[in-house]
Amino acid sequence: MSTHFLSVENLKKVYPSANGKANAPVFEDINFHIDKGEFVCIIGHSGCGKTTILNVLAGLEEASAGNAFMDSREVSGPSLDRGVVFQSHALMPWMSVLGNVAFAVKSKWPDWPKDKINAHASKYLEMVGLGHAIHKKPAELSGGMKQRVGIARAFAIQPKMLLLDEPFGALDALTRGTIQDELLKIVQATHQTVFMITHDVDEAILLADKIMLMSNGPHAKIAEIVEVTMPRDRTRAGIHHDPQYYKIRNHLVDFLVNRSKTYAGADAEMFHDPKNPPLVRPGLDSEPAQVVALPAGKPAPQLKQVVNQ
Amino acid sequence: MSKFTLKAAFISLMMLAIFLGAWQLATQPKESAVQAGADSEYAQLMGTGQQKTGFPTPGMVGKSFVEYLSDPFYDKGPNDKGIGIQIAYSLGRVALGFLLATLIALPVGFMIGMSPLLYRAFDPFIQVLKPISPLAWMPLALYSLKDSDISGIFVIFICSIWPMLINTAFGVASVRRDWINVARTLEVNPLRKAMLVILPAAAPTILTGMRISMGIAWLVIVAAEMLVGGTGIGYFVWNEWNNLALPNVIFAVAMIGIVGMFLDLLFGWLQKLVTYRE
Ligand SMILES: Nc1ncnc2c1ncn2[C@@H]1O[C@H](COP(=O)(O)OP(=O)(O)OP(=O)(O)O)[C@@H](O)[C@H]1O
Ligand SMILES: [Mg+2]
Repeated sequence: MSTHFLSVENLKKVYPSANGKANAPVFEDINFHIDKGEFVCIIGHSGCGKTTILNVLAGLEEASAGNAFMDSREVSGPSLDRGVVFQSHALMPWMSVLGNVAFAVKSKWPDWPKDKINAHASKYLEMVGLGHAIHKKPAELSGGMKQRVGIARAFAIQPKMLLLDEPFGALDALTRGTIQDELLKIVQATHQTVFMITHDVDEAILLADKIMLMSNGPHAKIAEIVEVTMPRDRTRAGIHHDPQYYKIRNHLVDFLVNRSKTYAGADAEMFHDPKNPPLVRPGLDSEPAQVVALPAGKPAPQLKQVVNQ
Repeated sequence: MSKFTLKAAFISLMMLAIFLGAWQLATQPKESAVQAGADSEYAQLMGTGQQKTGFPTPGMVGKSFVEYLSDPFYDKGPNDKGIGIQIAYSLGRVALGFLLATLIALPVGFMIGMSPLLYRAFDPFIQVLKPISPLAWMPLALYSLKDSDISGIFVIFICSIWPMLINTAFGVASVRRDWINVARTLEVNPLRKAMLVILPAAAPTILTGMRISMGIAWLVIVAAEMLVGGTGIGYFVWNEWNNLALPNVIFAVAMIGIVGMFLDLLFGWLQKLVTYRE
């Protein structure tokens, strides 16, 4: 067994089909690991199974095969050790903003007196810039504010690991930028271990240490893991000036646009060891970022249509 | 008050005035006694003398209103009690039957709502029992409970349980998956989850069920009291009919409507209290 903080081994998910026939697995042979303090993003096209993987890590759903271990213990069922920020914020509309966070705090520390719970919850709400809105109901908040409450709720229980499912997916670009900055600040200060799903390439580069690229489903796999080699003290304003930025960005976009569809069955997959997906560092390439890192002497993968049987 | 409300109130008053006017015109004592048979006999039986058409005029009903409402709580023996006392008896029975139904419908509905298996298992029984008129239970209730008062309460119980049970089960079963998942990731214990997540989430649906139940219960209590007699607003109606005191019957009918309206308002207010905006 590995010594990583979180390790996922041979994960596979098959949903039962409505007509009783066997469905193709959404994904299979998923292997990756996350170390303590690492920020890992996962990118892939819609429907490839990112949310399903996150739900398995959260313990909300069971994998059809394979295991996930955290802190050397198998993940079975949800736990306060893993804070989840849901794609649809999932605030309870009958509780105030403070009430929502306090509910989580009380779940973690049931013996705390009320004052302490509220003070703790307020502290985290202030951290996401919502100190002024703690007595409002979620319905009175904007989308971005709701999402920030969700983030405060997840941080407030001080989990060993955070799982974020496209937390900023529903936000406009401006709000998203502000909250990304906030998240960046908090994560840099707390060294929180994070697993985050996103559709936004720039967001992933800004926040992540590693970006996992998933090929399209069914039979989705982790095609490769991109290491973001830029220094950790990034800012949204300064990141564009780093020459690595465009190399990494091009690499990611190229994967999403050209390679993710044809990955299954393509030559690239033939050399692919799912237990050990290739780790690439496009930021450090001296070449332009379009070229795929392939074993020497092999032809580049062709764009051919995938035929699923 | 807004202009809109004022306008609506004005139109309402106009309609009331037109209705009372038409009523007055239709029931005015006429000289030509073309009225035949039964109607005029009733009129004589009612002993009012001048009345020729048989149906009371608004004035006569108004007199009943004043008479009964000026002293609503007198008690002159089993057949002559004030309207307040009669209504209190009816409300008491409704409250008791309704409370018993709530005590069973909420926990059972919760259980059914949480378990798809039990939902399926209970469904055929609910579907068969729900459409039975509550009054059809009356003979069985009277036979086995041997007490008309308790039988009345039982009938209220049996008629108010279904909407509450069904709505509770439905409300609990359709709580948003996200909220349940939040509770799961926070390792909230089952009781706390039920009280702080599922109950508030399902409360608007549950209260809709209670409101429907209360509406039905108030409909049924009048009929039940007509059957079992003794006390209550239903018995009052029946008694006044036997006395051929039609103005009193009309008065009682109006009171039933008004009390029913207030019950509905009460539950509407409770419903508003637990409704949340998303
Ligand atoms: N409960 C379910 N029953 C059957 N199939 C499901 C279920 N949930 C998800 N799926 C299927 O599994 C696949 C992966 O779903 P998932 O939600 O994990 O995708 P995703 O990568 O998160 O997509 P998106 O980026 O759009 O959120 C989809 O094809 C979906 O149709
Ligand atoms: Mg998703």
